[in-house]
Amino acid sequence: MHFQLTDDQRALKAGVRALLAGRFGREALRAAADRPGVLDRALWRELGEAGFFALRLPEAEGGVGLGLPEAVLAFEEAGRALLPGPLVATHLAAGEVAGAATGETVVTAASGGLVEWLTEADVVRGDATGAVPLVSVDPLTPLHRLPRSPEASPDVFPDASAGVSPGISAGVLPGVSPGGSAGVSPSTSAGALPGGSAGVSPGASADDEPDPVAVLLTAAEQLGGAARTCELAVEYARTRKQFGQPIGAFQAVKHLCAQSLVRVETARAAVYAAAVTVDPLDIAAARLLADDAALRGARDCLQVHGGMGFTWEAETHLFLKRAWVRTQRMSSNTYSDELLAADLLSGVG
Amino acid sequence: MDLSYTPEEEEFRARLREWLDKVLPTLPPKPSPADWPARRAYDLGWQRMLYDAGYAGLHWPVDAGGRGATPTQHLIFLEETENAGAPYVGANFVGLLHAGPTIAAEGTPEQRARWLPPVLRGEEVWCQGFSEPDAGSDLASLRTRAWRDGDDYVVSGSKIWTSHAEVADWCELLVRTDPDAPKHKGITWLAMPMDAPGITVRPLRTLAGSNEFAEVFLDEVRVPVAGRVGAENDGWRVTMVTLSFERGTAFVGEVVACRRVLRELAREARRNGRWDDTPLRCRLGRLNAEFRALWRLTQWNVSEAEQTGGVPGTGGSVFKLRYSHARQELYDAAAEVLGADCLDLDRPWVLDRLSSLSYTIAAGTSQIQQNIVAERILGLPKGR
Ligand SMILES: Cc1cc2nc3c(=O)[nH]c(=O)nc-3n(C[C@H](O)[C@H](O)[C@H](O)COP(=O)(O)OP(=O)(O)OC[C@H]3O[C@@H](n4cnc5c(N)ncnc54)[C@H](O)[C@@H]3O)c2cc1C
Repeated sequence: MHFQLTDDQRALKAGVRALLAGRFGREALRAAADRPGVLDRALWRELGEAGFFALRLPEAEGGVGLGLPEAVLAFEEAGRALLPGPLVATHLAAGEVAGAATGETVVTAASGGLVEWLTEADVVRGDATGAVPLVSVDPLTPLHRLPRSPEASPDVFPDASAGVSPGISAGVLPGVSPGGSAGVSPSTSAGALPGGSAGVSPGASADDEPDPVAVLLTAAEQLGGAARTCELAVEYARTRKQFGQPIGAFQAVKHLCAQSLVRVETARAAVYAAAVTVDPLDIAAARLLADDAALRGARDCLQVHGGMGFTWEAETHLFLKRAWVRTQRMSSNTYSDELLAADLLSGVG
Repeated sequence: MDLSYTPEEEEFRARLREWLDKVLPTLPPKPSPADWPARRAYDLGWQRMLYDAGYAGLHWPVDAGGRGATPTQHLIFLEETENAGAPYVGANFVGLLHAGPTIAAEGTPEQRARWLPPVLRGEEVWCQGFSEPDAGSDLASLRTRAWRDGDDYVVSGSKIWTSHAEVADWCELLVRTDPDAPKHKGITWLAMPMDAPGITVRPLRTLAGSNEFAEVFLDEVRVPVAGRVGAENDGWRVTMVTLSFERGTAFVGEVVACRRVLRELAREARRNGRWDDTPLRCRLGRLNAEFRALWRLTQWNVSEAEQTGGVPGTGGSVFKLRYSHARQELYDAAAEVLGADCLDLDRPWVLDRLSSLSYTIAAGTSQIQQNIVAERILGLPKGR
């Protein structure tokens, strides 16, 4: 058992971090936050060239040919950098939607009642009929709300009271399939969506059972965000002085930082393990822990920053807002809770 | 990132399982938690069986009589014994997990030969005499005094919260040998025989009603200088060695046990109808996520230890913090499943709920662990 990262995996992670630091550093982040709703197409193509979207596509199909663990490491770094854009949807579309793998096509998906980056996307997967824009709490993620479809309610777990439903029993997914099975409509262009109400693809509804890989990659982003807010809190606690000493010398502050790290490390173990096993239950657990680490990490980071934390100037609020956005992607947390609860009554696991 | 086991590791697991299947049905019933002498005998009997089968001191170095197993093999051992419902280390805890490894790492050849085999063979029980009435979290301020008199140290003072003191043969004892030195510098680590004249053990009743720990009064107790591990006044460093073992793998089997309890809870909830309560069901689901993650964190820490040559890392404090709270949440959820029955001490989990209250205190409180994480891992400045 060598659960630790291999040298190649470490190098990949460092490489993605360096790329993002160079191309989407602090200045770029602030500039993007002040220019809401505009996706940096050039950056998107650079990510494509670097193999970010084609990471799991077989080499024979022009991809990088790596696995889910590597994708998770890359998405962790993206989360750490607060990289904007429908990263997960485009990554999952590589090999299925022309141009997605190379970053020439921006793909978004209708999920969890919302669509991110609808007007900037070239392709929408899932049914975005009747989507209306909302004023996104996250300046780096424009959002559209989907009308509620009567037959699909993602939060209701299929007959949880009866124990385990056969459709969602534990076990390993049959291979890591890139992308879900939702209908793809390469013809649906952003231009066709004035006001977000026009052309949509037929096919599966976004409220179908969530694609576990999409859930996991989102969890990886949350992990990255959580790790970064822990670092930001610690950096600030070391340098900011009150009562003649760094605030990090005060236990109340120290304990906020320590708890933040404990949440990050626990979530990290869960997310990495899920990337290896691709077990839906491991993924559900990873998601719950990563969401928690990201949300509470950002809040505690804000608290450690004091009044500074409440300013637009400090980056913390951007992490918190993005964490909120990600918790709404795909199914709700309740879905994951119920999945894990049902597992307790099953014979396996 | 790889969670698969090697063929050798799988074979080790298979042989262990086979052996457990064979021997566990032959064990006598577990004695009552209140009967310490019976528990001592039971725990030592189990240790003897492990010894005879070649599983004693699995993680100890070979030259200390152990099996020199890799951290992963040790993990498999703890996982399988717990899954099979084998006895817990119990009274052997301090000997196997603290004192033994400390003597193996810091002791002289004579000391190793004297103390290690009886621990492995299940012949002697150790207890830990660190805490004092006025030195708990601030362990280094301990005041129990020892002064040289010929070939002996003469020890006076008192210890508290000493688990298993009533039935122990030896005590890993911290004493102050230089009262004038800074507090960390004047401490010495001694092996004290518990039958020496001048020792009085006064059992303390725990909130669970049992006599799990005791107060130990020391009145001019003579401890041979030969029982000193490490140099005089170098006991704090030796103690840090001891504590790193304590926080290393001590809780692995318990995580496995908690996962089993959680499944039992779910079945009980279905039986008594509480399962239909959505918030409660989600709470159990959330605990499933928690304990799955804790198991992954264990695997992460163990595979890290494997890379660093078996030394338990600082990850132990991260784990201990998270685990001790999760365990309390588990038994609080159990109480919710039980409803009014959670007030009945005869019901399963009720006693466990009480015991779980010690987890955030014993082996360093959560507050102290958070200080350790903040200062030693995150590098925040030391405060007052
Ligand atoms: C079941 C059980 C078994 C035990 N077995 C043994 C044993 O076998 N041998 C042995 O030597 N000891 C044993 N102990 C003792 C245990 O290690 C101590 O209880 C523990 O270290 C805390 O010390 P204390 O009880 O003196 O509490 P205190 O140190 O008085 O702490 C009281 C409270 O103050 C907080 N506090 C103290 N200092 C700080 C600080 N610097 N910052 C923030 N908060 C602080 C603590 O977190 C705690 O909440 C056992 C304890 C229990 C509960």
